Amino acid sequence: MYDIVGIESPDTLEAAIEMLSNNPNLKIIAGGTDVLVQMRNGALEEIALLSLRNIPGMADIRIMDNGTISIGAMATFAEIFRSSIINEHLPVLSEAAVSVGGPQIRNMATIGGNICNGAVSADSATTLFAYNAELKLLSREGERTVPIEEFYAGPGKVNLQPAEILTAILIPETGYRKTSGCYIKHSTRKAMDIAMLGVSVVCKTAGGKFTDVRIALGVAAPVPIRCREAEAYAIGKETSSEIIREIGRYAVRASRARDSWRASKAYREHLIEVLVFRALKEAVIRDGGEDIG
Amino acid sequence: MAFEIVGKRAVRKDAAAKVTGRAKYADDFFERDMLVGKVLRSPYAHAIVKSIDTGKAKALPGVEAVITHEDLPKLKYATAGHPWSLDPGHRDVADRYILTDKARYVGDGVAAVVAVDALTAEKALKLIEVEYEVLPFVLDPEKAMLPGAPVIHEERPDNILGATSEEIGNIEEDFKKADYIFEGVYETSIVQHCHLEIQSAYAYVDADGRIVIVSSTQIPHIARRIVGQALGVPWGQIRVIKPYIGGGFGNKQDVVVEPLAAAMSLAVNGRPVRFALTREECFVDTRTRHAMKLYLKTAVTKEGKLLSLHMKPICNNGAYASHGHTVALSAGGKFRLLYDFNSMKYEPKTVYTNLPSAGAMRAYGCPQIFYALESHIEDIAREMKIDPIEFRKQNLISVGKKDPHSDIVVRTFGLRECIEKGKQLIKWDEKLEKYKEQKGIKRRGLGMACFSYASGTYPHGFEIAGARVVMNQDGSVQLQVGATEIGQGSDTVLSQIAAEVLGLPYDMVHVVSQQDTDITPFDLGAYASRQTFVSGAAVKKAAEEAKRKVLEIAAWKTGLSIEEMDIKSARIVERKSGSEICTLEDIAMESYYDRLNAAPIEGNASANVRTNAMAYGVTFAEVEVDMETGRIEIIEIYNVHDSGVIINPLLAEGQVHGGVSMGLGYALSEQLLFDTNTGRPLNNNFLDYKLQTIMDTPDVGYAFVQIPDPEGSVGQKSLGENTTISTAPAVRNAVLNATGIAFNKIPMTPQTVFEKLKQNGLL
Repeated sequence: MYDIVGIESPDTLEAAIEMLSNNPNLKIIAGGTDVLVQMRNGALEEIALLSLRNIPGMADIRIMDNGTISIGAMATFAEIFRSSIINEHLPVLSEAAVSVGGPQIRNMATIGGNICNGAVSADSATTLFAYNAELKLLSREGERTVPIEEFYAGPGKVNLQPAEILTAILIPETGYRKTSGCYIKHSTRKAMDIAMLGVSVVCKTAGGKFTDVRIALGVAAPVPIRCREAEAYAIGKETSSEIIREIGRYAVRASRARDSWRASKAYREHLIEVLVFRALKEAVIRDGGEDIG
Repeated sequence: MAFEIVGKRAVRKDAAAKVTGRAKYADDFFERDMLVGKVLRSPYAHAIVKSIDTGKAKALPGVEAVITHEDLPKLKYATAGHPWSLDPGHRDVADRYILTDKARYVGDGVAAVVAVDALTAEKALKLIEVEYEVLPFVLDPEKAMLPGAPVIHEERPDNILGATSEEIGNIEEDFKKADYIFEGVYETSIVQHCHLEIQSAYAYVDADGRIVIVSSTQIPHIARRIVGQALGVPWGQIRVIKPYIGGGFGNKQDVVVEPLAAAMSLAVNGRPVRFALTREECFVDTRTRHAMKLYLKTAVTKEGKLLSLHMKPICNNGAYASHGHTVALSAGGKFRLLYDFNSMKYEPKTVYTNLPSAGAMRAYGCPQIFYALESHIEDIAREMKIDPIEFRKQNLISVGKKDPHSDIVVRTFGLRECIEKGKQLIKWDEKLEKYKEQKGIKRRGLGMACFSYASGTYPHGFEIAGARVVMNQDGSVQLQVGATEIGQGSDTVLSQIAAEVLGLPYDMVHVVSQQDTDITPFDLGAYASRQTFVSGAAVKKAAEEAKRKVLEIAAWKTGLSIEEMDIKSARIVERKSGSEICTLEDIAMESYYDRLNAAPIEGNASANVRTNAMAYGVTFAEVEVDMETGRIEIIEIYNVHDSGVIINPLLAEGQVHGGVSMGLGYALSEQLLFDTNTGRPLNNNFLDYKLQTIMDTPDVGYAFVQIPDPEGSVGQKSLGENTTISTAPAVRNAVLNATGIAFNKIPMTPQTVFEKLKQNGLL
C-alpha cells in the first residue's frame, strides 16, 4: 500500500525550502496523482512527504505587468482549463489540460507535478514547449528561470536541483500573443488515457503565410521535443495543404520514436506526420484561415 | 398472457441501497482483530519451487503467519463454479493446490503472509526466499501441442486439456457435394471481465469451529463445496456468505480467493483474515476469456445454401483448468441452432499454456465462436456476391429445429423479426447506398451479425434452483433466493415474478439479497444467464405454493373452492365477479394467530429445470474509419433481441448497454498482453489495459422481439450474456464494408488498422 513514514505541510515557500534543505530525502508531493501511484507500485518506499498544498498563492494564474502569464505550479488541470486567462491567451494549454485523465485526476493533478514528474507523455509539457514556456525554480541559493526545453533530462528525469522547488510556469508575451494553435492527443481511449502521441502546435500567420510555427511532440523521443527543422521550413511558406503536409514530414525527422508494446516506431512516425498536419491545419482555421482539406 | 408486474419498468430492488452507499460489499465488513493476507507470486512463467525459506519473513514484527504448499493439505482441487457431478467422468479437472510447488505462470502463488496490515504483509513477502528451478515455458497453444514442448502438468504430457469431436450428419459427403468451399482463420485475444469490485474475501473460524467466509462470489453454495474439497474439510463445516457484489461477469463463477482466505485464517487459529486482490493481481490471478484461434471450413451450394461447416477452435486455457474445455464444448452446443447446415463437425481443443487461467466470462465461448462464424458467413456472402443479410436469412433454422446432441428444440424463433427491426433502426438500405463510393479520409460502413444462445446449461449441465417465500402478517412477503444478485438485476426480476404470481404489489415483495449457505435455499448461483429462466421457475413454484396456502385458508373461511378465487393487489377476490372477499392481510393474520389452525404461510421450492430455451439476437453497427490514423468510431449501434418475454425493460436495456460496451472493448481495444520473452504481463492495470470508458461508448440502441417461450415460467428466455456476443463481428463487418478490408483478428486497435491499411496499399 502506501509506505508513507511522515508528511510535512509547510505554509510558506521559505519553510518548504528550509525543510527540503535539511532533509534531502523528503519527497515533494503536489496533487499526488503520480507520487501515490509510484508508491503503490512499490517504486517508492518509506517515504517522507513534503506537501505544497498549504502554501498560499501557489495555484495562482495571472498576467504580470510585462504581459508574461504566470501559472502557479500547484494549479490543477481543472483550474487551468476553467481559467479565463488561459482560455483567452493559451487556449492550446486549456485543450491539453482537459485531455488529462478524468475529472477526478484533473481536480487533483497539478501542472507543476506533471512537469516535474518528467513523463514524456505529459499532456501539459508539449504545449508548454510550443508556447516557449519558462520555469521558475526556487532554492536556498535563490531563484532561477530556465526554458522548459532545458529542464527535461531523460525519461522521468528533470533538472530539478536538490532542495529546489518549481514555483511557477511563465509564458512570455512573445510566446503566446497573436498565436493560434491546436493540441491533438492520440490515445486509444477518449478519456482516462495517456498519449500514444501528443502534438502541440502554435503558430502565427500573415497574408496566408506562416510567420512563426512551433511544433512540439510528446512520446516521440525520450523527452518532449520541438521540431526545429520543420519549424524553420515553415517560415514564410503558404498555409496550403501541400506545405502543411510537407511540414508534417519534416516533423518526423526530429523524432526518435522507438518500438514498444504500446506502439511501433512505424506507427508513431506515421502519426507524427498525420497529426502535425491535422493540428497545423486546425490552427490555421482557428486563425481565421480556411479549411484547406 | 397478460401481466400486472412482469413486463413493467420496476425500479431495481437494490437501487436505493447502492446509490446511497448503504449496500455493503465484502470489503465493507470489519471484524475485531482482523488481519490481512497477501500472496508471494512467481516471477517466472514456469519454475519448480525447490525450497522456500520463510524465516526472515516470520521474524518481521507484525507478521502472524507465513504459509507455503508444505503447510497445506496435498489435495488437488478444481475451481470451476459448476454443480458437483456424482459421475466422476463428468467432473472438472482437479489440477491445482492452494499454493503451488511448481509455478506455471508469472503470478502463480507460491507463499502467503498473514500480518497486522497490508504494508507489513507486503514487506514480509520481500523477505521470503524462494529457490526456483526455472523451466522453459510456452505461451502459444499451437506450440504447446508440438512434441518436445514444455510439459505444464505431468498428468497431461501433451498439454491438451480437452479435445473433442462432435459430428452431425456427414461432412465429408457434403464437402464432396459442395459447389464452393470457403476457409477462414479467425483469432481473438485474451480479455478480462473488469468487474468494478475486485475479488475479496475474509474468513474466520466461528465459536462452533466452523469456517465462515464472506466473499464476493457468484456461487456461494458451490464455493462452500470447493473450499471443503481444497482444505479436506467436511462441506458442512464451511459457511459462505455472499453480500452485495460489484459485478462478476463469470470471473466470480470460479473459486479464486476463498480457499486461501480460509487457509490463512486457519494458520492464525481462526482469527479473521481479509484476502483482497489488487487490480494488478486480479488481471493475472483470477480468470480471463480464452483467446481462440478458429479454423473454419464451409461447404456451400451455388444457390447459396450452407451445406456443411467444419469448425476447429484452438483455445488457450492458460496454466490451470478452471472451466477448461467446458467453455468450448458449451459454446459448440449454442451456435448449432442458428444456421440450417446439413452437416457440422465441431472439433475444439483446449490447451494448457504458461499464462493466467482462462475460465468463465460472459457468454462462455460464444463471443469467440460468433466472431469467427459471423465474420466467415459475411466473407462467404461477399465472395458469392449475395447480400449478406439475405444470405443469412435463407440459411436460418426455423421453429421445431432440434439439436441431435442436446435434444434442445427451438420452440420460439424471433430472429427474422429481429433482423428486420435492426435493418429499419439503422436505415440499412439507405445508408448502404450512400456509402457505396467513398474516397475520403473518413469512411463509413455498415455491418451486422447474428447469434444464438441458450438459457442455462441444460442438458450438459444440471440446473437446480431454490426459492422460499415467507408471508408476513400484513400479507407482504420475504423472498429468499439461492440465485445471486451480482448487479444483473436478478433480485428485481425474481421479485417481479413472485409479485405477479402472488397478486402482490411489487413493493410488498422484500427480497433478501444476501446469500448465506446456512440459510439460503440451494441454488447454483449466477451464471449461464440462468437466473430468470431457472431460478425464475423456482420462484414461481414457491410463490404458487404460498398462494395455494392463502387460498386454502380463504376457501375454508368462505366455502368457495380455491379455483373460484384469486389474489389481486393483495386482496382475495372472487374470480367470476372480481369482487373482493377479504384482504390478504386478513388471511395472513389468521395464518399467524388462529388458535386452532395457525400455520404461517411459506412456500418452499426447488426446481430441477430439465429444459432449455434458445434465445437469439442481432447487432447492427455503423462505423467510421479514419483511413490515416486507423481509428474506428462507432456512429450507431443497435442490438435487437429475441429473449422471449422481457420481465423488466429497464433492466433489459441496461444489460444491452453493458453487453455492447463490453463487446466494443472486445472488438476495438481490449487485450491482455504478455512479454513473449518472459511470460510477464505487460498491461495488467487499467491505464494500459484499454477498457472502454463512457466517453468511448456510443449511444446504444435496442429493441426486443417478444415471443413468449412456453418453457419460460413467464415466457422468458436468456438475455444477460447474449448482449455481448454479436458486437465484435458486427463491427468487424462494418469495417469491412467501410474499407474493403477483412480483419480476422480482434481487437482492431488503431495500430493494427494502420498496418492492415498499409499492407493493402491504402496508405
